[in-house]
Amino acid sequence: MNDENRKQTWLIATPVIALLLWTVVYPNVSVIAGSFENGLEHWREFASSPSDREALTTSIVISFASVVAALAIGVPLAFLLGRFEFPGRKVLRAVAALPAALPPLVGVIAFLFLYGESGVVTRSVQHVFSMPEAPWRLSGVPAIIFVHAYTMYVYVFLFVSAGLERFDSTLDEAASGLGASGWMRLRRVTLPLLMPAIAGSALLVFMNALGSFSAPYVFGGGIRVLSTQILVSKLNGALGLAYVETTVLAISAIAGLLLFRWLDRKRKYTLSAKSSRQRRQIKSRGLQTLTAIGAVVVVILLVLPHLMVVLVSFARDGAWTTQVLPPEYTLDNYRRLFSEAELWKPIVNSVSMALVATAANVVICFLAAYLIVLRRFSGRKLLELLVALPWAIPATAIALGLAATFNRNDIASLRVLLVGTFWILPLAYFIRDIPLVASAVESSLKQMDPSLEDAARGLGASWLLTMWRVIIPAAKPGLVAGALLAAVTAVGEFVASVVLFTHANRPISMEILAQLRALAFGTAAAYSVLLILLVLAMTFAARGFEERIA
Amino acid sequence: MIKAPQAAALTLRNIGKRFGDYVAVDDVSLTVAPGELVALIGASGSGKTTTLRIVAGYESPDSGSILLGDADITRLPPQKRGFGMVFQHYALFPQMPVVENVAFGLEARGVGKTERLAKAREVLASVGLEGRADRAVQNLSGGEQQRVALARALVIEPKALLLDEPLSNLDPTLRQTTREDLRAQLHSAGVPALFVTHDQEDAFAVADRIALLKQGKLLQTGTPEELYNCPLSRDVASFIGRAVIVPAQVTESAAVLRVGEQSILFQATHAPGAQPPRGQSAIVLRPHSLRIAENGAKGLSGKISERRFTGSLVMYRVRLGDGAVVEVESKNHSYHENDSVMLVPGEKAVAVIDG
Repeated sequence: MNDENRKQTWLIATPVIALLLWTVVYPNVSVIAGSFENGLEHWREFASSPSDREALTTSIVISFASVVAALAIGVPLAFLLGRFEFPGRKVLRAVAALPAALPPLVGVIAFLFLYGESGVVTRSVQHVFSMPEAPWRLSGVPAIIFVHAYTMYVYVFLFVSAGLERFDSTLDEAASGLGASGWMRLRRVTLPLLMPAIAGSALLVFMNALGSFSAPYVFGGGIRVLSTQILVSKLNGALGLAYVETTVLAISAIAGLLLFRWLDRKRKYTLSAKSSRQRRQIKSRGLQTLTAIGAVVVVILLVLPHLMVVLVSFARDGAWTTQVLPPEYTLDNYRRLFSEAELWKPIVNSVSMALVATAANVVICFLAAYLIVLRRFSGRKLLELLVALPWAIPATAIALGLAATFNRNDIASLRVLLVGTFWILPLAYFIRDIPLVASAVESSLKQMDPSLEDAARGLGASWLLTMWRVIIPAAKPGLVAGALLAAVTAVGEFVASVVLFTHANRPISMEILAQLRALAFGTAAAYSVLLILLVLAMTFAARGFEERIA
Repeated sequence: MIKAPQAAALTLRNIGKRFGDYVAVDDVSLTVAPGELVALIGASGSGKTTTLRIVAGYESPDSGSILLGDADITRLPPQKRGFGMVFQHYALFPQMPVVENVAFGLEARGVGKTERLAKAREVLASVGLEGRADRAVQNLSGGEQQRVALARALVIEPKALLLDEPLSNLDPTLRQTTREDLRAQLHSAGVPALFVTHDQEDAFAVADRIALLKQGKLLQTGTPEELYNCPLSRDVASFIGRAVIVPAQVTESAAVLRVGEQSILFQATHAPGAQPPRGQSAIVLRPHSLRIAENGAKGLSGKISERRFTGSLVMYRVRLGDGAVVEVESKNHSYHENDSVMLVPGEKAVAVIDG
C-alpha cells in the first residue's frame, strides 16, 4: 500500500471506528459500569432474587429447547425437500420460508388468534369434542418454545437447504461405491459436511431465542425470562438491577456464541462444488400418499397464521367474543388506520424512523465493509469486531445501553440527550442492523476483483470517481439487499422499541400491542397486515432488483 | 497508433521493500529506455510483481527511488503517474461495456463523453476489436479481454506501460500470436514498457531485455541471448533454458571437461564485464553444447538413458562414465535407449561460471 492510501484509509477509518465505539461499545460499558455503581450491591440483589435466578434458568432452557425444536423441524424438512420428489413438493418449498416473513410481534399475535385460549383452533377442538373449557392454554415455557420453533426453524431449513444444494453428489456416489450403506453415508459423509450449516443455523436460533422478547412478553403468563425481566426492573425504577440483568443476558449470549463456535471448531472445508443432483422419486404408492397428505397439512399449518391475521383484520372490534370465528366483518379497521390521526401516526413514525436508520446503515456499513474488504490496516480486526458486535448482544441489552447512555446532555462524558426524542429509536434500529448490512456489502465486495480499484486509480481516477464508477457498482447488490433487510426489520421492530419508545414516537409494533390490550383485535390485525404488506413489497422490490442486475 | 510526445526513460534506483521480516525487493536498479521492452522474470516469490507495483505506485518502497526522465516520482500516487497498466486478470470493470472500460482513463481526465468514446473506439480498432465495443466484458474471450486491457492502458497516452503477466491467462495456441501482436503494440507506443512474467518463453519472444530476479535480488540484466549464452551465475544458467552445470578446468578462452581418462575441449565465453573465472570452475552445458559423434571420433563415452522425440529434433539424455547425466539434442533420430555413444563439443562456445 502506498503512503497516500495509508493516510486516506485512516482518514475514513477513524470517524467510522469512533462512531461505532461511541454507539455500539460505549452504551454497553455504561451498562456494566452502572451495574457496579453501588459496588457489588446490585449483583448481590440479583443473586439473592429468586425471580432473577428463575429468569436466567428459563432463558437458557428456552434457548436450548428452541434450538432442538428448530433442528428437529428444519433438518428433516430440508432433506425431504432437497432430496426427494413427491406430489406437493413445489408448494411446500414455496411456503417453507413463510414464517420468516412475519414480523416478530405479528407472528405471536397470529398464534394468539389461532391457538390461544379463545383462538380459532382451540375453540374448534373444544366445540368438536364438546369440552366444557379450552383443551389447552397457550402460555408458559411450552408455548414460547412452540412459537420459537415455528418462527425459527426457517433459519435451519434455509442454511441446511443451501448446504445440500452445494453438496457434491459425487461424494455420495464415491461413498456408496466404497460399499457404504445409506445410513453410514448419512452419518459419515453427509452430516459431517453439513455441520457448518447446522451449527451456524443453530447458533442463529440460540441467539434469537435468548434475546426473544415478544413471545415471552405475550405468552409468558407468570414466566420470567431475562429479556422481559429487564423491562420490568426498568419500569419499576430498579435501574441498577436492570443493568445487572442486561449484563448477565449479554454474557449468556456471548457464552452461547463461543460454545457454538467451539462445537464447530473442526470446520476446515468449504462446500463449493455445484452439482445438479437428481431428486429421488418416492416410488411406493402408500408413501406417496402419506407424504402428499403430510405436505398439505404442513402447508396449511404454515399459511394459517398469515390467513388468520388477514381474517381478523376484517373483524369488527369488540364483536368477537365466544364464537369460533369472528362474527362480523368490516373494512372499518383499515379505513380508521388511514383516516384517524392517532392511528396513522405510528405508521408515519415507523416508516420515517426506519428510513433514517437504513440511510445511516447504508453509509456507515458501506464504508466499514469497504475498509474491511479492500484495505489493509492495523485497525481492521477491531473494525470487524465492532461491526459484528451488535449481533452478539440481545436487542433488549442494546436498548437498555442506549437508555443508560443517551439520557442526558453531558459532553464531558460523551452523552447526548436522545431518550424521549425522535432520534433514539432510529439509533437503536441502526445499531441492530449494522451486522446485517455490513455483511451483505462485504460479501458483494469480496466477489469484486480487488485490482479493479488499483486499475481505476492507475488510469488517473480520483478516489471519488473510483468509488462512484467502480466500488459502489460492485457493492450495489449487497447494498440493496442489506438496505431492504434493514428497512424490513426496522419497520416492524419491537424489542428495542418497547424499552425506548415514547407516546410521540411510538412505532407500529407498540400500537399493535396497545390495541391488543384494548381488545381491539381487528385494528391490531390490520396493522399487522400492513406490516406484512410492507415486508412483502420490499422483498419483491429486492428480488426484482436482483433479477435486473443478474 | 498513439505516440508519446516526449518519452522519457524509466529508472529504478536501488529499490528496496520488506513486508515485516520478509525482504520482497532487495536493492534493485534498472533503466528502461523509451520504446524498450524489458521483462522482469523470476520464480513466484522472487519480488517481480512487488517491483512492478512499486513502479506503478501501488506500493511505496522502503528505500530507493523511481525516476521518469529526471523527475523523481517515488512518492507520486498511481493516479498522478500517468502510466498504463495491464493487470494479471485484466481488472476490467464488469459493469461497464468494453468501450466505457477503454474510455475510463479519459473520463478520469475530464474528457467529454463524445470525444472520449470516439477515441476509445479508435484505439479499440487499433487492437482489432472494433466490433466488440458495445459488448459486456464478461462476454469476451480471454484474448479479447487481454486486448481490451491493453487498449485501456494505451488510450491515456501513458508515459510508461506496465504489464503484470499479460499472457499467463491465454491458452497456448493464442499465446503464440498474441506475443507477436503485443511486441508490435508495445514498440509502437514508444514509451518504456516493463512487463512481469514467470514464463521465459514469453520473455524471450516479447522482450528486448530481460531482468532476472531471485529472492528480491536482480541477478542479471541483458538481452535474451546474453542471458542464455553468457549467464553470470549458476542461478541464471539454471533458470534460463535447459542447462546441466558441470565442473571444468578453465583457461582464458577454453574449458576442459574431464571424465575419468577421457576429456573434451570447449571454446569458452563468459558474461561481458564480469571477471573471467580461472582454474577449477564450472561450465554450462546446453542441449546444443554437445553432439553425438557419427564416426567414432574421440570424445566422452556415454550411454543413452532416455530418448524423447520433440518434432524436428530428438532430445537424448546421456549418462557419462562418472554417472553425470547430460542432455544432447540431435537431428539424428536413429539412436535408442541403452545405445553407447561418443560425445564431442558442439559448434558454439560454452559459458563459464564460478564453480
